[in-house]
Amino acid sequence: MVKPSEQRALPILEAMTPRRQDPTMGGSVGARRQLDQPVYVPAAVEDRPYADEIRAWSDVIASTPLLELGARADALRAQRHPDGVVSYIVDRNINYTNLCVTDCRFCAFYRRPKDDEAYVLSYEEIGRKIDAAKAVGAVQILMQGGHNPYLPLDWYLNLLRYIKEHHPIHVHGFSASEVDMMRKVSKLPLDELLRQLREAGLDSMPGAGAEVLVDGVRDFIAPKKIDSNRWLEIHEAAHEAGMLTTATMMYGVGEVWEDRLEHLLKLKHTQARSLARGRGHFTAFITWSFQPSLTEMQNWSIDLGTGMDYLKMTALSRLLLDNVENVQVSYVTQGPKMAQIALRFGANDFGSLMIEENVVSATGIDFIMPEQEICRIIEDAGFRPARRYQDYNLAQPDDGGCPCCRRHHGELIGSVM
Amino acid sequence: MSSALASLADSLDTELRIRPADPRLFAIADKVCAGLRLTPTDGLALFESNDLIGIGALADAVNRQKNGDRVFVCANQHLNPTNVCILRTTCTFCSFARTPREDGAYTMTLEEAFHEASLVRDTPVREFHIVGGLHPRLRVSYYEDLIRGLRERHPGVEIKALTAVEIAHLARIEKSTIEDVLVRLRDAGMQTMPGGGAEVFAKGVRATIAQRKLAAEEWIDVHRKAHGLGIRTNCTLLYGHVESMQDRVDHLEMLRDLQDETGGFLTYIPLAYHPDNNELGAELGRTGTATTGFDDLKNLAIGRLFLDNVPHIKTHWIMNTAKVSQVALHFGVDDLEGTVRRERIYHEAGAHTPEGMTFSEIVRLVKDAGKKPVERNVHYEEVRAW
Repeated sequence: MVKPSEQRALPILEAMTPRRQDPTMGGSVGARRQLDQPVYVPAAVEDRPYADEIRAWSDVIASTPLLELGARADALRAQRHPDGVVSYIVDRNINYTNLCVTDCRFCAFYRRPKDDEAYVLSYEEIGRKIDAAKAVGAVQILMQGGHNPYLPLDWYLNLLRYIKEHHPIHVHGFSASEVDMMRKVSKLPLDELLRQLREAGLDSMPGAGAEVLVDGVRDFIAPKKIDSNRWLEIHEAAHEAGMLTTATMMYGVGEVWEDRLEHLLKLKHTQARSLARGRGHFTAFITWSFQPSLTEMQNWSIDLGTGMDYLKMTALSRLLLDNVENVQVSYVTQGPKMAQIALRFGANDFGSLMIEENVVSATGIDFIMPEQEICRIIEDAGFRPARRYQDYNLAQPDDGGCPCCRRHHGELIGSVM
Repeated sequence: MSSALASLADSLDTELRIRPADPRLFAIADKVCAGLRLTPTDGLALFESNDLIGIGALADAVNRQKNGDRVFVCANQHLNPTNVCILRTTCTFCSFARTPREDGAYTMTLEEAFHEASLVRDTPVREFHIVGGLHPRLRVSYYEDLIRGLRERHPGVEIKALTAVEIAHLARIEKSTIEDVLVRLRDAGMQTMPGGGAEVFAKGVRATIAQRKLAAEEWIDVHRKAHGLGIRTNCTLLYGHVESMQDRVDHLEMLRDLQDETGGFLTYIPLAYHPDNNELGAELGRTGTATTGFDDLKNLAIGRLFLDNVPHIKTHWIMNTAKVSQVALHFGVDDLEGTVRRERIYHEAGAHTPEGMTFSEIVRLVKDAGKKPVERNVHYEEVRAW
């Protein structure tokens, strides 16, 4: 696995000069300045959107023993996925840049513009990573990076075209907060920006950057990041543009249960609108707990996610978010044991067999496993492991590759003609 | 059915909020609800089932019947006086042992052991857990002095020391009897004994992973004698290597039989095999892997169901991870390994867990699981509760 420090640091585009601003922290791994903990005061339930639903689900959590919650989620999982398959995707995370100006307090991966360890990967390097991934069976790349204001929109569009022309593969890329940075840099309307990205070759969008979709929590952990409405708006617009996206939550950052429920309910209502439109939608929900090591928050006194939290969250993602088909486990953060147990608490997907992962491993937590081990764990839980594509169709021998890419490719040819 | 049994069945039945989904477990659920003993065939069916929540719900009902919401916690410290072991080459599952001249071999002088024990004096340690290798030259007097010295230096701290395998080894090098060694150590201040060294009792498995270790009957015999002398002990099973499900059930049955006879076991601790840095792991091609979460939870839950005469079931978070151990409190477990402080044996074998937890972390873990933490002494009597 390639660690960020081993990735070649490339000079930032010449035309772009870094902002004249002194970094507030000299930034190597482990050297991040510790930030004093701000105060977070959760809103009262009556001041929240979906207050009645939050109250109802709070009662469910308070009154339902863990195993009963699990049994209910497992029953619903079995109803939605009766074939006993637990799917996973072979992919590679490519983090094209770690340069970021958003300074999220929970992040150990980013580097500020002047940091010696800040990098942008070249197209050729990204191409080489894709080829290496395809050689071992990858059917998509998850391409995400920092919020880098020095990259013009053309850099992204040309990258997508370059990939599709020279190293074709499904590109699951650019979380909502990166898209928002592109919007700021390009000054294009959101729908036009998404149209251009899609036309250049973006196949689907990851749900990263959601953290907790409650602005009070965001102010606490990521005050410069897009707010929750913008995150939801970008996903809804991507759905409208015909793209499939995923949704996530990173809990255990000091939030309360009402925050988690508000987050899930916002996703559920957004999904309902997108499903009604019949274009794109959320394919899956993935939740994990904050990993504090080497972040500014590592010494904060907050209740980190426990094993109970993870299983309750997984079960709730199935039960509350009942209009999202797939619930993924996060073995990279929770470890293989908890991930396996979560398969009986509502989850039906093991996420991705990551050939490369840099963001979580920057916190020192690193549970990456070979495919054989993932399959052993799935089988040991009584399920049948199966490779899938990004759209959750199972991979079949000689099926011609990612079905949504085949469709997308056809559409593009159609639109050109 | 007697009226007492009927009322037990009623109360359990009302608490069994989830019925198993696996049809093989239906009859077992009925037995559990009626308070009837499980047969080895039932044990096998449980181990072969993937109905994790169904098994957990049964174990949880039994545990709540016995212990309510109480979870026993303990501020303890592990002390491993030596890693020199005459079984270094034959116990292939072990990553801790060294030959006397091997790299990393150590044997603490008494002063070194006292120093290590004093390092965590600022936290209220209530129990020393002392186990180590079978050193060819350390005599009973070393352990007597160690135990006496610890009790002098840490008044009120209780001593859980030496596995059956170490006791039998000491008897051999002293050319004396098991009873004699036990009495000397008890008189020095040893209060209880850990349950290690049981591994898997099946002859075939022992021949493969622990060829020259104390045989099953001998392990049982040391514990029987300890119980006879009023020394209560723990019991264990090392799972997740070459043993079959039948081997596990046979092992549990031997433990249950001795408990019927003596009642001396305090708690049962299933131990998860770790494959790193040992010959067995390399041979099995398992380096870097671990037992699964399902297997960890099933071993705990089935321990609760099958060992109906053992009062406590302990999850060892060093092996199972803190997250799984917390969840296990809903799978029949009422006993949580303590603060530990400098775990060596499993970390040599690739455990990724921290080497210790603070007492407040442990208390929070229990409370967050919706349970009531109870600090225990070595006899599982309540010292304080929250």
